Amino acid sequence: MQHLVNGLTLGGIYALIALGYTMVYGILKFINFAHGEILMMGTYAGLFTYNLLRTGLQGPALVGVFFVSVLVAMVAGGTLGVVVERIAYRPLRRAPRLAPLLSAIGVSIILMNLAGFVFGTKSLKYEYPFSNKPFVVGGVSITPNQLLILGVSVVMMVLLKLFIDRTRMGRAMRATSLDQDVARLMGVSVDTIISLTFAIGSALAAVAGVLIALEFKVYPTMGTMAGLKAFVAAVVGGIGNISGAMIGGVLLGILETFGVAVLGIPVGLKDTIAFTVLIIILLVKPAGILGKAIREKV
Amino acid sequence: MINFVLLLLVYMGIYSILALSQNLITGFGGMLSLAHAAFFAIGSYTTAIMMHSAAQAGAGFDLIWAFMLSALLSGLLGVLIGLPTLRLRGDYLAIATLGFGEITRNVILNWDSLTRGPMGFSGLAAPKILGLQLDPTNKWGYVIMTWLVVALVFLLLRRLTRSRIGRALDAVREDEIAAWSMGINITQYKVGAFIVGALVAGFAGTLWTAYNQSVSPNSFDFLLSVNVLCMVVLGGLGNHWGSILGAVLLVLVAELPRLLGLSSILPPQVRQILFGVVLVSMMIFRPQGIIVRRRPALPGRRAGGGGSSGGPGGGSGGRAGSSPGQGIGDAAVDVSGGDA
Repeated sequence: MQHLVNGLTLGGIYALIALGYTMVYGILKFINFAHGEILMMGTYAGLFTYNLLRTGLQGPALVGVFFVSVLVAMVAGGTLGVVVERIAYRPLRRAPRLAPLLSAIGVSIILMNLAGFVFGTKSLKYEYPFSNKPFVVGGVSITPNQLLILGVSVVMMVLLKLFIDRTRMGRAMRATSLDQDVARLMGVSVDTIISLTFAIGSALAAVAGVLIALEFKVYPTMGTMAGLKAFVAAVVGGIGNISGAMIGGVLLGILETFGVAVLGIPVGLKDTIAFTVLIIILLVKPAGILGKAIREKV
Repeated sequence: MINFVLLLLVYMGIYSILALSQNLITGFGGMLSLAHAAFFAIGSYTTAIMMHSAAQAGAGFDLIWAFMLSALLSGLLGVLIGLPTLRLRGDYLAIATLGFGEITRNVILNWDSLTRGPMGFSGLAAPKILGLQLDPTNKWGYVIMTWLVVALVFLLLRRLTRSRIGRALDAVREDEIAAWSMGINITQYKVGAFIVGALVAGFAGTLWTAYNQSVSPNSFDFLLSVNVLCMVVLGGLGNHWGSILGAVLLVLVAELPRLLGLSSILPPQVRQILFGVVLVSMMIFRPQGIIVRRRPALPGRRAGGGGSSGGPGGGSGGRAGSSPGQGIGDAAVDVSGGDA
């Protein structure tokens, strides 16, 4: 049970990040390798806001400031996502597939080192806005922090799902991901939709970044491994599929926690679990758990 | 200063070998692989462990054995990665190979008894090559050895890609189904490209360890694979000279601050940022690379699966402008030419 709770918490974070990958892949059919670095930048923005505003505050006010910093992180991450898309991906919309992939890797290298240059390479800590004393319910201990992570990720996912299923914009996004040209003919402004996709995906990543920062630390390379694993989660669930990303994220989080705690895989090899799962999934069911197999055209 | 130039020459050589071998997989085979860090690491670690054990046994060590074993083991890893990932294409292949690379690095990092974990090996004695002792204070020996290997690899790969095998590989890249229907065993050629690419990267690993006399697991993260891929794309996919040019240029970009004597003023991040900027602007302004792939003068050839672009005229619009039918025709021309 305890491992399940820990796994769910980790999985919630992976799922949030995976949503960004899967949305971008769904529409542009390419892997946004800079997603993890956008997450990192957003987290820094949140952290600085939080530290700036929290002096002298306590209790509920501090929690309020925390949520303000989450909002700032979302806005910063979202804006950065849109800017990156404008500069580095839009000119490559019609280019062969290798070009945007390498461009994304270039952006991620730039952002990572820019952060190291501007903010320093030392890791910083996001202080808890509340006492983090664990509750014990039936032998399972849950920290308020884990509750917060679970709560925030569930709320975000529900909101996203509602947005995509129920609103006009959401419908335009679905249309664009099916067929860009037809969507354009139907009066959808494809460029706006793509910008919106990047904004939402990046904002969600920034939230995930702040949640990671509460459990761990903030440093310039924090996005890389988180990003890679979230991508694995997206592929496991079926890339391009929103529900798939959520399932994949949670599954991966649970597998990682159980792999270390129950199967006794050494902690040093923890990262290997994700990649092994990835390779197995790609071999057994390349389209992912919820993905539909596309027949290769002859 | 002259020592620094020699160091640059050695690095350029080592990266040229890596780029040449990546080019076989990506440029000629059309497979977007990000596993080169793993191949390179296996070569480096094989060499380091051999050098270390020889020193402990109090024996001298001749690098020629390391070259052979590195190539063998990297080649094996190539099979290991190539076979299961065969069915994957494009981005999926990139991610799966990246996963393999990370797994390899993680194993190296955690297999303490063999690889000494995060410490790695350092202070290894300078080895011999074919009976000649390499002198660590005089880098000329290393420069000559490295570039001899580059020349060897260049000639070998050029011979290979211009042979019947190379033309079959061309056909597989351009259109698998057409190639298959012409009787080409796709599996054989794809895994073959992986094996040869991997074992050549193993050579580079041996040179790396021999030159640095140390090896640490941190040198082999996925950015190294990205770096090598960038060299190939920058130089121009499917062109051997292009790979060498790409390697030379990117090593220069990376060492530019030091070369200009600015390394004490500029922090190390700057050169990485510079690298990123070169990468992004390259993709935007000239995605086909500096030297465009040599192609027979056929009209409207389709661009390769690895993302190379352009027909004989170059230009990034080549892919959109040609029909699959023409691509199949071209592949057939290649194959019949090869069998004649």
